[in-house]
Amino acid sequence: MTAALLAAGCSSTGGKKAAERESGAGGGKGVDTPRMDIAMVSHSGDGDTFWDIVQSGAKQAAVKDNVRLDYSHDEAGPQQAQLVQTAIDKKVDGLVVTLAKPDAVGPAVRKAVEAGIPVVTINSGAEHSAKLGALSHIGQDEKIAGEAVGAELNARGHEKALCLIHEQGNVSLDERCAGVADTFDGEVDNLNVDGTNMPDVESSVTAKLQSDEDVDTVVALGAPFAATAAKAADATGSEAEINTFDLNAKVVAGLKDGTIGFAVDQQPYLQGYEAVDALWLHAYNANELGGGRPVLTGPAIVTEKDVPRLEKYTGRGTR
Amino acid sequence: MTATSSTKESAEELDERLVRRSLVRGAMSRPELGAVVGALAVFVFFSVVADSFLETSSLSTVLYASSTIGIMAVPVALLMIGGEFDLSTGVMVTSSALVSSMFSYQMTANVWVGIGVSLLVTLAIGVFNGVMLSRTKLPSFIITLGTFLMLTGLNLGLTKQISGTVSTKSISDMEGFPAAQKVFASQLTLFDVDFQVTILWWFGLVAVATWVLLRTRAGNWIFAVGGGSDAARAVGVPVARTKIGLYMGVALAAWISGQHLLFNYDVVQSGEGVGNELIYIAAAVIGGCLLTGGYGSAVGAAVGAFIFGMTSKGIVYAQWEPDWFKFFLGAMLLLATLLNAWIRKRAEAS
Repeated sequence: MTAALLAAGCSSTGGKKAAERESGAGGGKGVDTPRMDIAMVSHSGDGDTFWDIVQSGAKQAAVKDNVRLDYSHDEAGPQQAQLVQTAIDKKVDGLVVTLAKPDAVGPAVRKAVEAGIPVVTINSGAEHSAKLGALSHIGQDEKIAGEAVGAELNARGHEKALCLIHEQGNVSLDERCAGVADTFDGEVDNLNVDGTNMPDVESSVTAKLQSDEDVDTVVALGAPFAATAAKAADATGSEAEINTFDLNAKVVAGLKDGTIGFAVDQQPYLQGYEAVDALWLHAYNANELGGGRPVLTGPAIVTEKDVPRLEKYTGRGTR
Repeated sequence: MTATSSTKESAEELDERLVRRSLVRGAMSRPELGAVVGALAVFVFFSVVADSFLETSSLSTVLYASSTIGIMAVPVALLMIGGEFDLSTGVMVTSSALVSSMFSYQMTANVWVGIGVSLLVTLAIGVFNGVMLSRTKLPSFIITLGTFLMLTGLNLGLTKQISGTVSTKSISDMEGFPAAQKVFASQLTLFDVDFQVTILWWFGLVAVATWVLLRTRAGNWIFAVGGGSDAARAVGVPVARTKIGLYMGVALAAWISGQHLLFNYDVVQSGEGVGNELIYIAAAVIGGCLLTGGYGSAVGAAVGAFIFGMTSKGIVYAQWEPDWFKFFLGAMLLLATLLNAWIRKRAEAS
């Protein structure tokens, strides 16, 4: 009876079984250097897809480099600084930190440097990194990424763009929109939406597209919001092309079926991986990456053409 | 001849006037009156300042935004009439969506199985809130704050553990998905405009909640426990059972919202929903619920959600400076609520 019920309740399509049929991410054998402790402290909020990928990259490098990685995060500047302080207290062998809120986190980072802990900054805060005494900065310049988007929008012949800010007051999101506005020949309107409330994102984009029919492209600043913007555009019958920063499996599917025009990838996996690896290289071989300048991991414009290459990586959460 | 008819007319007029006055008085004593007037004011305001606000397609968007708030605001209002709070509602919606999605995916089950499991799990969370409250006698604020934080952590922790990433895998290619999408996240075309099915869920919930409140014994119990639970217990009202029932009502609505979230976007971000609980409470309060319990209505909460939906989308239609969005939203809501309170005071005085 139960067996029959169970069988009736099964899905012959999709699900975990289908994914298992085609999966297969590999591990790797590590180095034989002594165990290192590295702390990674980011300004990520809870449940952020992007930081999940950064973390995967860092973990991969940690496995290879015989590193014990301790990841923590807090979106509030002062709390992030406290997390850095706990890493100093634990006398870690290396620190990876983001500088999205340089005023709050900067002093703690300087303390770490003074305590003799090698520091690599990632993602945001390129201009503050060297001043605080960090070895290297690995990330994407948000302004440059925005400018690349503006240029691509020009090439695609757009005239009015909507920049979709999913977290009001986030400096790097503002920089992205500012970058777009700098190089884009057309007009750019910003729209603030509540990123933790998907139906609100959808209805706000719908409202905006209904009230302003000149908008012919929407630029989402995070991958999860691109698919929602596409849904909203579809519902209003708007011809606006949806483009986005960052990748995830749904964005790649959107690129494939044409609901999304292009995406700007900053390779978050690389930021996590390279940061841990750079600290290992510093300990092992006194290497310093970047020569005092930021090492850029983006922007790379990704279109439909790149889909076959990327699909399996976004599926397993590393691109 | 003419004289008699005119006196007859005037007599009828008198009657009519009498009837009308009692109707007005009846309306004046309803808790949702202020909210309705507030909603009218907001509606007229945006009709004037925003060009595209009055189009039917815009109405559909506003109603959709209102419905996603309203589905939760209605049971939250009932709970508040019963004198309690629930701070776990925002993340409970996400939990419900996550359970449904991950169960279907991991077990490779028909999505309806996941939906059923999700209903049970979500109701269990409601029961947990209610039982903890009645057993410990602690303020619901603390109990549900605990649930809120635990659920936020569980959403993230379990999703990461099970899916490997912070969002779920897409279940859109699984069996049962199209049918479930019809129920929870489809569009109905009316006068060439697409309306989201959530609007129907919303109206349905308002109707059921109003019926329960005004026409059933359970409704009397809800008002009684909110007015004073000791007095209610003394006259034989099952206080604990009523409150557990109210929390289960909230959980049921969270399940509906959660399934909408899942079937509308087919993947769920585990960090979503934080902060929405306050919006639901705000909608109920704008709609005339008292923070102290014992007073309010389901229709009022629905109107409160409508005011919230109109304001948040109206600002976009009006194309005001986006940096000021939150300020305008707060100011409009405050004004609508002040108007509400002022009218109620007037009504009570007359």
